[in-house]
Amino acid sequence: MGAVKETPAAGASRGYSAGVKEYRQTYWEPGYQVKDTDLLACFKITPQPGVPREEAAAAVAAESSTGTWTTVWTDLLTDLEYYKGRAYRIEDVPGDDSCFYAFVAYPIDLFEEGSVVNVFTSLVGNVFGFKAIRALRLEDVRFPIAYVKTCGGPPHGIQVERDKMNKYGRPLLGCTIKPKLGLSAKNYGRAVYECLRGGLDFTKDDENVNSQPFMRWRDRFGYVMEAVKKAETETGEKKGHYLNVTAPTPEEMYKRAEYARSLGAPIIMHDYLTGGFCANTGLANWCRENGVLLHIHRAMHAVIDRNPYHGIHFRVLVKALRLSGGDHLHTGTVVGKLEGDREATLGWIDLLRDRCIKEDRSRGIFFDQDWGSMPGALAVASGGIHVWHMPALLAIFGDDAVFQFGGGTLGHPWGNAAGASANRVALEACVRARNEGRNVEQVGKAILTEAARSAPELKVAMETWKEIKFEFDVVDKLDAAKAAA
Amino acid sequence: MSEILEYKSRLTDPASRKFETFSYLPPMTKAEIRRQVEYIVARGWNPAIEHTEPEHAGGAYWYMWKLPMFGETSVDRILAEAEACHRANPRDHVRLIGYDNRRQTQGAAMVIYRAKGG
Repeated sequence: MGAVKETPAAGASRGYSAGVKEYRQTYWEPGYQVKDTDLLACFKITPQPGVPREEAAAAVAAESSTGTWTTVWTDLLTDLEYYKGRAYRIEDVPGDDSCFYAFVAYPIDLFEEGSVVNVFTSLVGNVFGFKAIRALRLEDVRFPIAYVKTCGGPPHGIQVERDKMNKYGRPLLGCTIKPKLGLSAKNYGRAVYECLRGGLDFTKDDENVNSQPFMRWRDRFGYVMEAVKKAETETGEKKGHYLNVTAPTPEEMYKRAEYARSLGAPIIMHDYLTGGFCANTGLANWCRENGVLLHIHRAMHAVIDRNPYHGIHFRVLVKALRLSGGDHLHTGTVVGKLEGDREATLGWIDLLRDRCIKEDRSRGIFFDQDWGSMPGALAVASGGIHVWHMPALLAIFGDDAVFQFGGGTLGHPWGNAAGASANRVALEACVRARNEGRNVEQVGKAILTEAARSAPELKVAMETWKEIKFEFDVVDKLDAAKAAA
Repeated sequence: MSEILEYKSRLTDPASRKFETFSYLPPMTKAEIRRQVEYIVARGWNPAIEHTEPEHAGGAYWYMWKLPMFGETSVDRILAEAEACHRANPRDHVRLIGYDNRRQTQGAAMVIYRAKGG
């Protein structure tokens, strides 16, 4: 590219002329009118010094679609004009000259129907290691409704989950069982039972709990389901535990899922990035066929999405999950211990839950996205949150979310049941106040203090976690926000 | 730190049964229930009243009190229906629902009369 490239003679495209030609001759089409059926992508490109923007953008379009580094004679056996991806627009990144946005349109025929695997193999394949670019980030993807309709999506979706679990008019409450590793199955089930009888809706296997020597999956599933059933009888409410079926092989994953179903588990769990899109899509289909809810964890996401210049933005990973299938997805908390900008988070939770999301650069959304009839999934806020965060969590996430307090439940001085009850009281007090028209973020302290008068568990929780805050600056800020600052 | 309190909840104690939203708060006063009805009306949801014998509270379907009050915006009339349902079924739990027909779900659901001893 650039200096190393020869410029072929004009009209060379009519016949076969071996050699290397500039990508922009074929893959840069600034006048291109995008089609409703095109899959659109926005990349943030940091080119190597001396590489013109149009050439870098065209190279990305080429390498992520039909092109390779040199002309090949078999190009002439097909209609590349029809099949190629095209870079059609370039934009400045606000406040940053080192990179730019390139918009690329891909014809829908480039992608196998219903295959998140295939879409990402193309879009974020070889092109990310391409020498002519210093760094590359996939910022957003518009999936055309025609493609969306070929994907299964969430096995049940928010409304069906609410009906199955009988939870209405409030966010759901969960808790990840700790310590993450090392408990025996029976002790683990005890922790689950205490959380659920105290008022949580769900408990969760930690992501790295699979089937280790100290606690094999079959033992865990048995004790946990006994805990779930007893807590249901005791409280009269529907309960669940995300049984993690993430496994070394798909065969093993399905075996665990089948056993969970045979025990009457309402929900199972999968790690969609470490497990992979192929396994995830298959498991989502299994869940749809078997009426089992699917909770999705996102281990490895920060490796992919945290660098502002290279990788895949989390909003794209959200879209990938919604297409592949899951009824819950971890989205960050904004207020807890893990990275997450507020406006950006609002953007991707809309993409996860809503039917039609408009372009909104202030939330980092580059395209309109129409999901048609595809169900939405619940946003899961988890990581370093406790009762004091409740008002802010409700204001940020609204009702269609699961708030997961791990340490914030299990770390209660009186134990899990008291911790769970404290969280449930805090949540319900905030929801009731919100419904009454109060601004829960502004008067959060008053709401919690008031509720604690009749709930000693909450009072103790508030005393325990009063001083814990996680106020570090976010690493991956929205570009628009960086420029404004 | 304060003395540890036991968490009181028993399979054998009907008072341990909960009813989802707001059942971990003290029973709402009349004024507080009114504000929740106002919320349902303000959201444009359709109010409805249901009731059940305490021993059958676990199922998906409770008895409907008449029909959902489609388009009803009078908070007083909605509260009067809830009261009428309670008078007619004094031994039952009574719940208030706000049907969100646009999203095909219940935007709100809460027990507003809890049966004595149930």
